[in-house]
Amino acid sequence: MRVGLFVPCYVDQFYPNAAISTLNLLKKLGVDVYYPQNQTCCGQPMANSGYEHLTKNCNSLFIENFAEFDYVVSPSGSCVLHVKDHLHDDKREEDALKVRCKVYELVEFLTDILKVKEISASFPFKVGLHQSCHGQRGLHLSSMTELVDVPFSKPLQLLNQVKGIEMIELTRPDECCGFGGTFCVAEEAVSAKMGKDRVEDHLLNGAEYITAADMSCLMHMEGILKRQNSKVKVLHIAEILNAES
Amino acid sequence: MDKLNTLKHSELSDLFNKDEERVNWHDDTLWWIRAKRDKAAHGISEWELLRETASQIKNNVLSNLYNYLIEFESKAQANGIKVHWAANAEEHNKIVLSLLQSKGINQMVKSKSMLTEECHLNQYLEDNGIDVIDSDLGERIVQLAKEPPSHIVLPCIHKKKEEIGQIFHENLGTEAGVSDPQILTETARIHLRETFLTRKSALTGVNFAIAETGEFVVCTNEGNADMGAHLADIHIACMGIEKIIPKKKHLSVFLRLLTRSATGQPITTYSSHFKKPRKGQEMHIVLVDNGRSIQLGREDFRNSLKCIRCGACMNTCPVYRRSGGHSYHNAIAGPIGAILAPNLDMKEYADLPFASTLCGSCTNVCPVKIDIHDQLYKWRQVIVKEGNTTVAKTIAMKVMDFTLSSPTRFKLAGKIGRWTLKHAPFTVNNQFNLWFKNREMPEAPKESFSEWYKRNNTEK
Amino acid sequence: MSRETILSAILNNQPQATKLPEYLQFDSPSKEVITEKFVQMINLIGGRVVVIHKLEDIDLYISEHFKVSDQIITPIEGLKYYTSFTGDEKPHQFVNTEFAFFKTHFAVAENGAIWITEDLMGQRVLPFITQHLGMVVEEENIIVNMHEAYKIIENQDYGFGTFIAGPSKTADIEQSLVLGAHGARSMTIFLVKSVPKFFNT
Repeated sequence: MRVGLFVPCYVDQFYPNAAISTLNLLKKLGVDVYYPQNQTCCGQPMANSGYEHLTKNCNSLFIENFAEFDYVVSPSGSCVLHVKDHLHDDKREEDALKVRCKVYELVEFLTDILKVKEISASFPFKVGLHQSCHGQRGLHLSSMTELVDVPFSKPLQLLNQVKGIEMIELTRPDECCGFGGTFCVAEEAVSAKMGKDRVEDHLLNGAEYITAADMSCLMHMEGILKRQNSKVKVLHIAEILNAES
Repeated sequence: MDKLNTLKHSELSDLFNKDEERVNWHDDTLWWIRAKRDKAAHGISEWELLRETASQIKNNVLSNLYNYLIEFESKAQANGIKVHWAANAEEHNKIVLSLLQSKGINQMVKSKSMLTEECHLNQYLEDNGIDVIDSDLGERIVQLAKEPPSHIVLPCIHKKKEEIGQIFHENLGTEAGVSDPQILTETARIHLRETFLTRKSALTGVNFAIAETGEFVVCTNEGNADMGAHLADIHIACMGIEKIIPKKKHLSVFLRLLTRSATGQPITTYSSHFKKPRKGQEMHIVLVDNGRSIQLGREDFRNSLKCIRCGACMNTCPVYRRSGGHSYHNAIAGPIGAILAPNLDMKEYADLPFASTLCGSCTNVCPVKIDIHDQLYKWRQVIVKEGNTTVAKTIAMKVMDFTLSSPTRFKLAGKIGRWTLKHAPFTVNNQFNLWFKNREMPEAPKESFSEWYKRNNTEK
Repeated sequence: MSRETILSAILNNQPQATKLPEYLQFDSPSKEVITEKFVQMINLIGGRVVVIHKLEDIDLYISEHFKVSDQIITPIEGLKYYTSFTGDEKPHQFVNTEFAFFKTHFAVAENGAIWITEDLMGQRVLPFITQHLGMVVEEENIIVNMHEAYKIIENQDYGFGTFIAGPSKTADIEQSLVLGAHGARSMTIFLVKSVPKFFNT
């Protein structure tokens, strides 16, 4: 099985550790993983702003980079969802469809494809899990409080295998952090307020770290935590699943 | 063209957020209702199947609306109800006015109808010398405050009881400083009883109209629709054409979903089925299009017409809760308002589909399974394509496309960006950067992942 | 005329026909706990339940809860407070009603809603304008849920019918629940207990 690692543009530039952990974790689990060097972005920032028609180049580039792999794996639920829902290419529509079917967010790749039952990681801290909306409601990484459904959580299924970790409960387990792509500046007041409220929930419930399967939400919450001079840190879930102590 | 209305929602939310305590209060109040909704939904094991059933019934309604409307009209007429058709808000308002004028009536009592809000009926009637009194307590409060409702189910959810006490003091003569909801409600009860007893005409909304039988159903908790209708000589019911359902038995599905979704109650106190006028009474129905037939033709957006106006999407929306209903500057606020409004006036409401993080919670609570957040995304595309955007935004997006289309340009831009953050943070951390207003910028790492990868992997 | 304009626009724009769902039957709550569930729901929605064995028991309830001068009305024939209706009454004349009580068709266990049509009301306005409301529910007429309810209503004809679930209420002021908005301030269910079968045989 050959796996292509898709590293979202902002993760590549600002959060290389999340990508390195993803790569190392996959390797540790015996996956034959490659990083195509010519990748850039899934096009979501433009599409969510109403400019999906400008994403054609990003789409072609994406297909060019990832068509050859059996699976495409990425440490971002939001970007994966975008690819799954919106990857098209007039010249290579069949390939686009294939990529849409084989792209996986890291957590679901571990639980559903690799069926990981044991993770050798240790992280003796109190951790709050932020349910990123696109991973949760879009990719169904976990059950949702709105729906009448059997409760499950793929991220927790993995985090609970980490030695020493203590997962905290949140008062509102799956509320949005308010990042929302360009929403974070276009609707600055509401976005920042949502971020503050989300961070507050983790702080009140005693989190030492906030984690998520999506770095963009964490970037937003990190910005707020830092402004408050908080000691609480954010870590991508791959960094915890890969943590040795 | 650049000075567009695209900033409206964000500007109004910015103002709303000047008082953070109030935002917290507003958010908590609505979240509490969302929690009640969850509890009610989780008490019904077949909840998701009910939603699916409701959705299928409504899909069928949209696909057969023509026949259902004709069937409804003939059945209603046979029941002794007069049926009127209004193509738009203006016609609707004229019909109501002429019905009142033909009877020499200049006073009307009204129960909740979002349609009449959409048509701005109150203003029109007042301009034409008709005194209108809203009888739903929340609507009466905002009417006295000269404001529109901020929520379709909870019209004055944005008002604190002290403010309501002041409004009552000024208008209904309660003592200054009294804000006990019990006392205020009792005052309104006495004041509005007088109104019910003296008005010869009553206008109500319609929750459901049944094609099979020609009857219509009005749901209230307060009993105000019934008090108005059963005492008045003329009862006018106004409804959007999408309120039709095929058969009486389908009410079982909708009445189980409606109030549980809205407030967490098992059912409204009153679910009244009006089929024939009372002896000596006139009953009229006004069927209103006002853009609905156009929306029906928009494949991507037509299923917004399935809405049963429960308000669940507002209560759950993290943006609505923190921006308030008035920030949507439309009769219907929140996520559902944001997908209905652009159909009526795309330019005026171009900002609304962008007032969302696309978190998808609205879609999950919707009792008739409208794909609200997907429609928000699709409206964004339509709005931009139709030119309702700013030049600055278009340029920014084109630059983004130019950068992301080429791996070389992307890597270079990233390098410059990270360098700037590290060595010249003042160029980014300033008042022109809206991110920086309440959030620190991410720390720039010394190398990107791709640079690290290149350094550590030479095999490919 | 707008009728034709609207209808032709709809005909042009409505999508391809989709089918109606056939299945509208769900069994919650279960039949065994139906009375218990109903009583629980009535309490939850702000009503109260008084168990009676015959209709005359209501008179006793009234003598304990209302003053002699209170205006009390019922369209139930043969009872002390029976009032006859011709249908020509002006609805406004009932404005001073303190207590009105009615026979009903059935009650729904899942939500405490009680179905009543105008032939049982005397006047349409009466169940709403009365300060306090009484509803007679026979235990054997408690049904499981709204799907069962519409199986019965489907075959009924009426000019006006309504589900009433509790006293009128509002929470429009800061979500504080207040009973007695515009309709009745209280709702009392007179639950006529079914005689267990083995007594009959």
